[in-house]
Amino acid sequence: MRSLVWQYPQLKQLMRYIEPHAHMVSRVTDDYRDMVAAGCAAVCEPAFWAGFDRSSPAGFYDYFCQLTDYEPRRAAKFGLPHYCWLCINPKESEDVALARDVIALIPKFLDRSNVLGIGEIGLNKNSRNEMAVLEMHIDLAARHERLILVHTPHLEDKLKGTRLIIDALRSDKRIRPERCIIDHVEEHTIGMVLDAGFWAGMTLYPESKCTAARAVDMLEHYGTGRLWMNSACDWGVSVPLAVPYAGMEMRRRGHSPDEVDKMLFQNPLRFLSQSKRFQAPVVPA
Amino acid sequence: MTRQELLDLYFLDARSKLIDLAAFLDRLERAKGEADFRLTAFTQALDQLRSTEARRAEQVLLALSDPTEEPIPKATTKGACGAWSGSTHN
Repeated sequence: MRSLVWQYPQLKQLMRYIEPHAHMVSRVTDDYRDMVAAGCAAVCEPAFWAGFDRSSPAGFYDYFCQLTDYEPRRAAKFGLPHYCWLCINPKESEDVALARDVIALIPKFLDRSNVLGIGEIGLNKNSRNEMAVLEMHIDLAARHERLILVHTPHLEDKLKGTRLIIDALRSDKRIRPERCIIDHVEEHTIGMVLDAGFWAGMTLYPESKCTAARAVDMLEHYGTGRLWMNSACDWGVSVPLAVPYAGMEMRRRGHSPDEVDKMLFQNPLRFLSQSKRFQAPVVPA
Repeated sequence: MTRQELLDLYFLDARSKLIDLAAFLDRLERAKGEADFRLTAFTQALDQLRSTEARRAEQVLLALSDPTEEPIPKATTKGACGAWSGSTHN
C-alpha cells in the first residue's frame, strides 16, 4: 500500500479561495472566522428560501436590506468582502402575484455596491408558475445587463428542471451563456450545462448534491474551464469549509497547488469579475 | 492516478458505504408493511452498479430522475424525496 504521509506537508500550504455560494445569514459569526482562517478571500450570497414562506413583499424588502447592508458589515469585521445576488427563490415562486411584487422591488437594490446580479433563480418542482417567475427573472437580468446565478432543483427533479432552465435561458436571445452559472450540477446534468456554453457550479453537501470526491471526478472528466465549487452552506446540513476541504481532496488526488488555485480562486474570480461590482481580492497566490 | 492509488485512497470508504447499503436493504427486508416506489427505483438504480461503463454515477442519477419534459400544472409541495413516483402531479 502506498504511503500517504508525503501528502500532508503539502496540504499545509495555505490555500486561497472564493466562496461563491454561501447563505451566511443563516450561519453563526464563528463561521466567518473559520472561513477566513482557511483562506477565504471573498464570499458571495445568493438570495434564498428562509425555510418558511415570507408573507409579503415587505419581508423580502427587509431581507434584501440584510443582504446589502447588515451582512457585508458582519463579514467586514473579519476583513472578508461580502457580495450578494437578489431574487425571489423558486421555492416561493408558486405565488406569481407575490413574485411579481418582489421582483419589482429588486431594481432599487441593484446599484448597491455588493450586488452582483440576479440569483439564485431557477426551478424547484418544475411547475408552470415557477417557469413564469423564472422568465420574469431572466427578463430582469437582461434588462439591467446583470449576471445570473441559477439554482437547479433537488434530487429526482434536477434532470428535468435543468433541461427546462437551459431552454428558458437559451430562448431569451439577450442572455449570454458565459454570464450565467447553473449551480448544483451532478453527473447527469453537468454535460448539458457545459455543452450549452454556461458555467457550472458543483455544490458540496454531505447528504445530497455532490461530495468532494465526486466533484474532483467531474472536474477531471470535464476539465476546469467553466466550473466552480461551493458549499452553499445554509441552515440545513452543510459545511461552511467544504470548498477548502475539496481543495484538499484535489491535492490527495494528485492535483498541483496551481490547479487547486485555478479551481478554488481563479475560476470564480474569472466569472464574478464580469460584474463591475466584484473587486479582485488582494491575497498572495 | 492509478487504480492501485485510487484503491488505496477510497477502498475503505467505498467498502463502508457498500455495507451500509446492504444493511439498509436487510433492514427493509425485516420490517413489516408495504414498501413504495422509492424501493423500486432504488433497486433499479442498483442494477447500474454492475455496468461495465464508467458512467455508473450518471446512470444511477438518471434511474432516480423524473424523465418527463413538461412543467407540472402546480407545485403542491416544496420537497423532493429522491426518486420519481411516476406521477407528474406531485
